Amino acid sequence: MSGLGDALFALHSLDALASRPGVLNRMDPRAKILATLGFIVMVVSFDRYTFLALLPFALFPIALCAMGDVPLQLILRKVLTASPFALMIGIFNPLLDHTTQADLFGFGVSGGWVSFASILLRFSLTVSAALVLVATTGFYGVCGGLSQLGVPRVFTTQLMFLHRYAYVLAAEAARMSMARELRSSDGTGASLKTYGTLLGHLLLRSIDRAQRIHLAMVSRGFDGQVRRLHPAHWRHTDSVFLTVCTLGCLLGRGVDLPQFLGRFLLGLTA
Amino acid sequence: MHMADALLSPTVGVTLWAISATVLSSCARRVQQGDQDHLVPLMGVLGAFVFAAQMINFTIPGTGSSGHIGGGLLLSILVGPHAAFVIIASVLTVQALFFADGGLLALGANIFNLGLFPCFVGYLMVYRPLVGAAPLQVSSRRIGWATLLAAVIGLQLGALGVVLETSFSGISNLPTGTFLLLMQPIHVAIGIVEGLATAVVILFVRRARPELFLVDACSISMQRPSFRRSTKPLLLALFTTAALTASVLSWFASSQPDGLEWSVAHASEGVTQRQPASTLHAMMADAQQRFAWLADYKRPVALLPAISANAESVDATIQKDGPAVDGRGSLAGLLGAVATLLLVLGIGRALRGRRSKP
Amino acid sequence: MTAPVVEAQALSFAYPDGHRALNGISFGIERGESVAVIGGNGAGKSTLLLHLIGFLRPTSGCVRVGGFTVGRDTLTQVRRMMGMVFQDPDDQLFMSTVWDDVAFGPLNMGLSTEEVNMRAREALEVVGASHLAARPPYRLSGGEKRAVAIAGVLAMAPSILIMDEPNDGLDPAARRRLIKLLRGFAHTQIIATHDLDLVLELCSRVLVMHDGLVEADGTPQEIFRDTALLGRCRLEPPLCWQSINPPMSQEA
Repeated sequence: MSGLGDALFALHSLDALASRPGVLNRMDPRAKILATLGFIVMVVSFDRYTFLALLPFALFPIALCAMGDVPLQLILRKVLTASPFALMIGIFNPLLDHTTQADLFGFGVSGGWVSFASILLRFSLTVSAALVLVATTGFYGVCGGLSQLGVPRVFTTQLMFLHRYAYVLAAEAARMSMARELRSSDGTGASLKTYGTLLGHLLLRSIDRAQRIHLAMVSRGFDGQVRRLHPAHWRHTDSVFLTVCTLGCLLGRGVDLPQFLGRFLLGLTA
Repeated sequence: MHMADALLSPTVGVTLWAISATVLSSCARRVQQGDQDHLVPLMGVLGAFVFAAQMINFTIPGTGSSGHIGGGLLLSILVGPHAAFVIIASVLTVQALFFADGGLLALGANIFNLGLFPCFVGYLMVYRPLVGAAPLQVSSRRIGWATLLAAVIGLQLGALGVVLETSFSGISNLPTGTFLLLMQPIHVAIGIVEGLATAVVILFVRRARPELFLVDACSISMQRPSFRRSTKPLLLALFTTAALTASVLSWFASSQPDGLEWSVAHASEGVTQRQPASTLHAMMADAQQRFAWLADYKRPVALLPAISANAESVDATIQKDGPAVDGRGSLAGLLGAVATLLLVLGIGRALRGRRSKP
Repeated sequence: MTAPVVEAQALSFAYPDGHRALNGISFGIERGESVAVIGGNGAGKSTLLLHLIGFLRPTSGCVRVGGFTVGRDTLTQVRRMMGMVFQDPDDQLFMSTVWDDVAFGPLNMGLSTEEVNMRAREALEVVGASHLAARPPYRLSGGEKRAVAIAGVLAMAPSILIMDEPNDGLDPAARRRLIKLLRGFAHTQIIATHDLDLVLELCSRVLVMHDGLVEADGTPQEIFRDTALLGRCRLEPPLCWQSINPPMSQEA
């Protein structure tokens, strides 16, 4: 069940990063959420054959990683693990699209490869932006930011509780699974019937646990509404951050920076 | 399968977000109105359960490969489609944030594909009518078949959603027809897996804890959701499905190239396209008029006025011929790319260095 | 003679499936008393505790807390007076951080932010968990979770503390810290436990339960000397007494 262990670790390792002190971690979650969403929309708004112009956008996740002291390898590793679907679909592009889109020193580069590279780059950028958001804000912070942005309380409370008990239940599931494995005659996977009882037991225990949690909540005065302390306050730094990110994205979207830079450098040498 | 940001265009992504957000708000409000505060921990724990359950595999009989449960149908049977939708949306959100399953923009599409269809179509339109209002009296066989059918239909629609979203976004070159051929059969198999997994769990719970299936016990409102009461999300789902289907039809009839020659060639055998009197063609042409804007590649860029510096290259996607770039241009591009990367990494390093200084 | 602060009068309860968990229990607990409820599994300890805090309604008889008869309309008042620490702290620490969890109760009471913060701070100080304030519950050890759970209850300033198996899952060091903590409390304490050594250290009175009835009610010394009673109720003397008089020698 190493997949389970990895998943559990992933759930909490990003959070642990967010709880460390730092100017980025202290920032209002709303600013970070809005900046990330804006970034993602900008990145996907490019047409399919854009590759170079997307490169400067890598500054967003890289800079945030640096400012939030998040190890870049961690983010990259997660991007790699999540890439199969995009790879699988994207690989069709070079196979199907043979139009010449670019010219590399006299060799024509097919549109398929350009768009494939574009897909991979988009994927890396958007996925790392989301991961960096959680690593610098923490899941709890993101939930708080979302509810301050107007997301229904029912949903943000749901997210909080899910996050809180995902580890507990996954650990229980892992124990039950391991116990079954140790007693299976040939070490194979669970049969359908065994699976049904295993999952069924886990489900019933989860429902019982939910009932106990409810008792604990009610015994401390719960009336249906989960109240929270310390809503984040929007500060000057948050406005600056959001403005800088927006302007940067707009600049990157409007001007093909690498081309510009390249021509400028060539111009210098000429 | 999850949709990814990389394959989405802003139009498609934002549209689906809007739909998912609307349905989510409506379901959240409904859960709140039910005024049952025990639902708060129950929904959270059930979400955690789905999350944990997705990590346990079982051996699919006859194949030797393994599968796991998705959970939308199971949750709907336990707590009703509205609460189930909220729970599934939360699971997908956690997966998007922590495991990069899909992406934040694609989250709207994923909630639509993997939440709306199993909960409101699979459960409400297939499972409930088949099983009826007294689930304890129904035979296990009937429950098994109802679950299987509901799961397969729900997942088929979800897979169709992914195909259409990818096609409409225009980032991937994969022709719709091929994609459909890839996705739909696989998802019949996945649907069967989901149905089997859900069925065994439901039957176990029914045997062990029958009171969970009584009317008042787990459901979110005092009354079981019926056709009359839960029409709004249902109508929305139906409308969206209809709109998407109509768009597909219009696309087949449109003159867009992009590999559709293949699908059109196979799909329109026997239908002579040059007969304007043909009702089918007139219908499709009419649909195309109304829905053509969805297929217009120019839209995503045109939505961002004055910054579409790449607007002219958008035409390239329609005309199949790219802009001619000379040798010097490609050198500039390469140089620029390297310079950009160095700059970006340098800034990153500088920021990190500044952080660690006392 | 002051009225008992917690009182059960002919309390009976049967579960929906017919199982009679409580068969006419009567007792009274004075303010400040530290009472242990002991008995084998299935004796009815947890069921009794759930009645005290008003989660279960008696089939017959009643429970009175602080002068109020526990019923649907007095639940808020009763729960203000009583704080319950559950057996599994994971069920009780349901918020995302320790601070939020301890603040949960005071927030629900409608107190101002300053008051809430003050209570949370004080409660964490009492249990020695102030350094854990920003930590999420999944990064706490068993003992730390237990301490935070108690803090969460203390923050509501109850006068009566009910604890269900407080020692469950604690290592010896954490157990010792818990005993020290509880000894310092002035609250009325009702503790359901299997740990008879803890009972000896903390409690001045013991209620022995068996088959839904109170078999005996007395001081720990009296109760633990009655080996016949203990045997009948699936119990043994405290472990620290057994080295003097090992029970195994009594079996054939």
